[in-house]
Amino acid sequence: MGLAAGGAAEQRQWPPLNNDGVHDPASPAVKLLQDPAEALSKLPPDTTGNQVRWVEALEKGSINPRTNVFPETKVTVLDLDVFLSLRGGMPIVRFPHRQHTEWLDCANCHEHLFKSKAGANKFSMFQILQGEQCGVCHGAVAFPLTECNRCHSVPHAGFDHSRQTGKQD
Amino acid sequence: MRPPVLLLTTLLGILLALSGAPAGAEYGDVVLNKRAEKEGVRPVVFPHWFHRIRFRCKVCHNELEFKMRAGANDVLMADILDGKFCGMCHNGRIAWGPENCDLCHSGKPGLPTGILGGHGTSGPGRW
Repeated sequence: MGLAAGGAAEQRQWPPLNNDGVHDPASPAVKLLQDPAEALSKLPPDTTGNQVRWVEALEKGSINPRTNVFPETKVTVLDLDVFLSLRGGMPIVRFPHRQHTEWLDCANCHEHLFKSKAGANKFSMFQILQGEQCGVCHGAVAFPLTECNRCHSVPHAGFDHSRQTGKQD
Repeated sequence: MRPPVLLLTTLLGILLALSGAPAGAEYGDVVLNKRAEKEGVRPVVFPHWFHRIRFRCKVCHNELEFKMRAGANDVLMADILDGKFCGMCHNGRIAWGPENCDLCHSGKPGLPTGILGGHGTSGPGRW
C-alpha cells in the first residue's frame, strides 16, 4: 500500500478485507488473503469499478494473466471492430473484438448472447441495464454502464457508413 | 402524482437498506451461499479482481465452464475435490488446496448469493 506512483493513482482507496462488509472480520482469511489495495494500486488507474483500467493493464504488461490451463485449448484473438447504434441520438458504438477476445473466448458471447452475423442482433439499453447483453459483464465485472462514452465513442459527423456491417472476415 | 413517486422512492430505499448490500465490497465480488451456511460453513467470497490478475476470463468462463451469472453455477465441494470448477487450480499445486476451508469460506454469515458492486456503482442490474 502507498507505493503507487502518479497523482490520480494516489487518490484511489480500497476498503481492506476486514472492513469491506463482505468478509467476516472473525474469519482467519482476512489476515491471510491479499487486500485489494496492495495489488490494485500498482495497476493503471480508473475512476470507477475496481479503479483499474484492466485492458490497459493487459496491454502495458502490468499483468500477464494466463490464457488457458489446458494445453490443447485453442486461444483465439480477433481484431475486428463492429460499429453499432448508427442511428441513435448517442454517438456511434465501436465494439472492438480485439480487447474483448484478449480476455474472453468467442463462445462466451457467441451465439447465445450475440449472433455472429452482422446486423442480426437487436441491442437495447434497457436490456443491457437489466444485466443482459453487454450488461452481463459491463456493470458487473467490466467498466460500469455509467461510462456511456467509452462505448458510444464515435461521432456521427464524418462517420464512413461503409465501415459498418457485413465485413466480418 | 407526487405522493406515489415519493412512496415508491421511500420503498425502494427501504428495500435497498434491507437487501444488506455491503457498501465496501470490491467491484465484481461474488458471494456463493446457496449451500454453504446450510452446510455449516461461512459463505464463499470470490474476488474477480484477484483472479483476473492471474487468469483471463476465458479460463474459468470457457475452459472451466463457469456460467457468467451469479447463482447459475452449482458448485459442489465434491466436484471441487474431483478437480472441477475451482478445483482445477485449487488443488495444492496451482493454488491452495480445498483443505483450506476458511480461505474461501470467509464471508459474513447471512450474505445472499450474488455479485456485488463497488466503487461508484451499486452492482449489476440483475443479481
